[in-house]
Amino acid sequence: MEFLRPTSLSEACQLKAEHPDAVPLCGGTDVMVDLNFDRRRPEALLDLTAVPELYEWSRYDGRLRIGAAVPYTAIIEQLATEAPGLAIASRTVGSPQIRNRASVGGNLGSASPAGDALPPLLAANGEVETMSTTGARRIPIHEFFLGPKHNALRPEELIAAVHVPVASGPQQYAKVGTRNAMVIAVCSFSLALHPDTGRIGTGIGSAAPTPRAAPEAEDFLAAELADRWTAPDELPDDVVRRFGELVAAAAEPIDDVRGTADYRRHALSVLARRTLTWTWAEHRSQERAQ
Amino acid sequence: MTDVSTEVRTTTAGGVGESPFRPDGTFKVTGQFAYSSDLYMEGMLWGTTLRSPHPRARIASIDIGPALKVAGVSAVLTHDDVPGEKVYGLEIADQPVLAYDEVRYQGEPVAIVAADHPETARRAAALIVVDYQVVEPLSDPREAVGHPYWKPVHDEPGERTAMSRDKAPVHPEGNIVRHQRVRFGDPDAATADVVVHGDYEVGMQDQAFLGPESGLAVPGEDGGVDLYVATQWLHVDRRQMAGALRLPEDKIRLTLAGVGGAFGAREDLSMQVHACMLALQTGRPVKMVYSREESFFGHVHRHPALMRYEHGADRDGRLVYVRAHILLDGGAYTSSTPAVVGNASTLGIGPYDVPHVAMDCWGVYTNNPPCGAMRGFGAVQAAFGYESQMDKLAAAVGVSPVEIRMRNAMSEGSVLPTGQVIDSPAPVMELLRRLDAMPLPGAATDDIRLLPGGVSNTTHGEGVRRGVGYAVGIKNVGFSEGFDDFSTARVRLELMGDEPSVLVHTAAVEVGQGLVTVQAQIARSELGVERVTVAAADTQVGSGGSTSASRQTYVTGGAVRAACEAVRSELLERAAERYGPGEFRLVGGRLESTVDGVVGDIASLLVEGAVERTVEWRHRPTQPLDEATGRGDAHVQWAFCAHRAVVDVDVDLGLIRVVEMAAVQDVGKAMNPDAVLGQIHGGTAQGLGLAVMEEVQVVDGKLRNPSFTDYLIPTIMDMPPMRVEVLELADPHAPYGLRGVGEPPTISSTPAIVAAVRAASGIDLKRVPIRPEHLVLR
Repeated sequence: MEFLRPTSLSEACQLKAEHPDAVPLCGGTDVMVDLNFDRRRPEALLDLTAVPELYEWSRYDGRLRIGAAVPYTAIIEQLATEAPGLAIASRTVGSPQIRNRASVGGNLGSASPAGDALPPLLAANGEVETMSTTGARRIPIHEFFLGPKHNALRPEELIAAVHVPVASGPQQYAKVGTRNAMVIAVCSFSLALHPDTGRIGTGIGSAAPTPRAAPEAEDFLAAELADRWTAPDELPDDVVRRFGELVAAAAEPIDDVRGTADYRRHALSVLARRTLTWTWAEHRSQERAQ
Repeated sequence: MTDVSTEVRTTTAGGVGESPFRPDGTFKVTGQFAYSSDLYMEGMLWGTTLRSPHPRARIASIDIGPALKVAGVSAVLTHDDVPGEKVYGLEIADQPVLAYDEVRYQGEPVAIVAADHPETARRAAALIVVDYQVVEPLSDPREAVGHPYWKPVHDEPGERTAMSRDKAPVHPEGNIVRHQRVRFGDPDAATADVVVHGDYEVGMQDQAFLGPESGLAVPGEDGGVDLYVATQWLHVDRRQMAGALRLPEDKIRLTLAGVGGAFGAREDLSMQVHACMLALQTGRPVKMVYSREESFFGHVHRHPALMRYEHGADRDGRLVYVRAHILLDGGAYTSSTPAVVGNASTLGIGPYDVPHVAMDCWGVYTNNPPCGAMRGFGAVQAAFGYESQMDKLAAAVGVSPVEIRMRNAMSEGSVLPTGQVIDSPAPVMELLRRLDAMPLPGAATDDIRLLPGGVSNTTHGEGVRRGVGYAVGIKNVGFSEGFDDFSTARVRLELMGDEPSVLVHTAAVEVGQGLVTVQAQIARSELGVERVTVAAADTQVGSGGSTSASRQTYVTGGAVRAACEAVRSELLERAAERYGPGEFRLVGGRLESTVDGVVGDIASLLVEGAVERTVEWRHRPTQPLDEATGRGDAHVQWAFCAHRAVVDVDVDLGLIRVVEMAAVQDVGKAMNPDAVLGQIHGGTAQGLGLAVMEEVQVVDGKLRNPSFTDYLIPTIMDMPPMRVEVLELADPHAPYGLRGVGEPPTISSTPAIVAAVRAASGIDLKRVPIRPEHLVLR
């Protein structure tokens, strides 16, 4: 197995072009497990830990550009206000040691339906920035996941960063696991309220072949909230309940070793109701404060 | 040769009743301790195991040719190459060293390979062509005893049918490993005012030790072999190895390597014979280390159980009778199933006085993973059944869970359903009283890390209900049913420099529980000498017996004390010769005479040479159980622990946060109080795991979650702070009055948590571990 260690993004792209089968390695929290379990033996590993550009984040035009290798710990510590959904999700990733190494780029690369960072990226309507020797590309997050552990990345491309709008309203993420920490999602849900556009963002994890949004639930809620943004009252119970039902209906879960399909649907409806209650309460208190 | 054994250390801290640090503690905490997986020798080969992918199949042929052609491979061996007996086992030799004719569980070893690199060995093993003719597995233990017997609760139990299955038995003798009946009083005629029924199920728990099976076999110049290995009983390993390797026992020398936890999973052989076969075949040292995934296939698990209980009581809740059936799935081979059946049947009504008892317990063969020893050993499964019943009875009678247990609590002088009299303190009432008097923790906070779901942010208080549950358990200490259970200790007292120094040498295995510390404490207290060294455990001294059944402090501790007494006697004889007349005694390190007061010290008696004594020490004998009635004084000692669990349950999501565990345990004598607390904390955590998350999921004989990604064990975010009270009510039959400590806290922890979850949710839970869907989907 060849071990490639570029020290710049352009060198990394060059090496990826020369070795399209090379597996990018950064935190190693997914890749090394696969190697240790002998699930794959790539021709080459492309170690990205010496590429400084990937570890930077920045703010521009009301958006965040988060380098693919920015570890979850940094997101939790530095981006909790501007990307609250992603930061809450980051807190649920693995253990402190894992969060010090693992990054959003890895979640996107693995494209597991259980990736914790993925539902909030869907809810925030993010974009994936890829890089190759032929240039950069922006892929809307809703077009990124093609199947279980299968994404829209081309063989010669690397994930350079993820872009999300700076939050204009409350965001939440909640994940069901059968342990109180360090657990893979049985199912998860992320919700983002976008009062600036009147849009609603959702993301469902671990309850379909890919992370996915719940568009009907988004449209339903956007319509219900249309007249409420500036004079927010408590939401009627039937709105909250209907939103939960529509989120559950958007899922396509299976029975597996971590839980049953029926439970996942049930839990998603609970998580959808609760995250809606929390975000709406937060929005109301922000409105009142103004 | 590099560092292949655990460090021998000199300790200078205190004696019995104090809490000196573990000699290996600093090394473990700082990552310097050499575990068995760290063993290394120049020129060693790596062994690997090819395992069956099928739970049940005929083996038509095995072609090792392709593996032999791989560069770097030194040996590929199958059952044809086993030098001696082709089967081994703890109680009954029925488990093939390497499978022949048939495989009976998924993961059964079929061939072994030695190569110059572990990956070369694995790749070569994958090239071995095994022609399996797959047979439908027998995976339901009910099928093993005949289906009609196990009907839903409230149906009258029918007659057990003959083998009514279509499938062939897993073993030619039939599928029942052991059926133990216990009959006490007149259970057939007994009637009661209040009757409660229940069907209960316990899933398959794994010991989940952190150090995988591993060891290093080194061929000896005498044709024998040296094995450095993490195990629980060196001599019983050696006995089984001698049969398989066709070597006299003195040609097989075992030395304990650093053990990373055991909990019963190292009682059966794993890689011992395989590594030695490869070493003897190649003439080179061979190391084997299981991966985490392989480890799930490489050791036995806790028996899953199906249980049916019927409790009858008077209107005040005083028990009149208990009728119970316990079905334990032993998996494909015998392992320690017979002894697990013995425990479950004799302890299966719990620490209660019951006038009439009818208990039937079966251990059966299936094509599921073999099950055997795990902390609590039969008592854990039964306790979930009988304690669930006690809560049902409390509700039916209208008294509290604590009250119902107090009204039925056994005490010193109580008679077990086996007819055996409890002839030492049995403070069940006192444990409950103290537990009940402990303050309760405060209400749920708004720190989400302390709510159900923890950092996963599933609730900010919505749906959270508090519940409290109680349980008490009983466990036998030491090997029961007539087993000749002994340990050997060699104690040598000599001058090193000018200072008296003690060397304690036993074959008793330290698995992390603290035996090395306790052995030194005993020597220090008995001889009044501070400098004590505990030698590495090996087979150069007689058997120390198994590190299991909460027995080592009792039995090896007893042996060390007896050896110290023998050494002291010799010292006093020397004193009489030198300083006589008069009576002499040793006080601290001083020698006192009744005539002249202090006349010298230990050092003065050692000038003429060292004193060394080796003693084989036994606890009092026990009797086998009568097969039809369960009569017999089968147990050595009993230990009791009681738990109170406080839980918060998110009743909408079915998630559980254990808020606090409180425990009261009688330990007879706290030999090392800190270590006692460690055992109670650890045992409680293991019981918590069984209650809320730990299960090896097996479907049609196949494991679905052989990894720590999907076999979850509690983290620090799951295991809450504990309140612990320790009682020291001496057992007059035991050394220092001590009682085994390790297992009891595992037993009552699980049912206490389930009771608390029932109280919080109002749901009649019948199965552990509890899964979220049990609480929210009905």
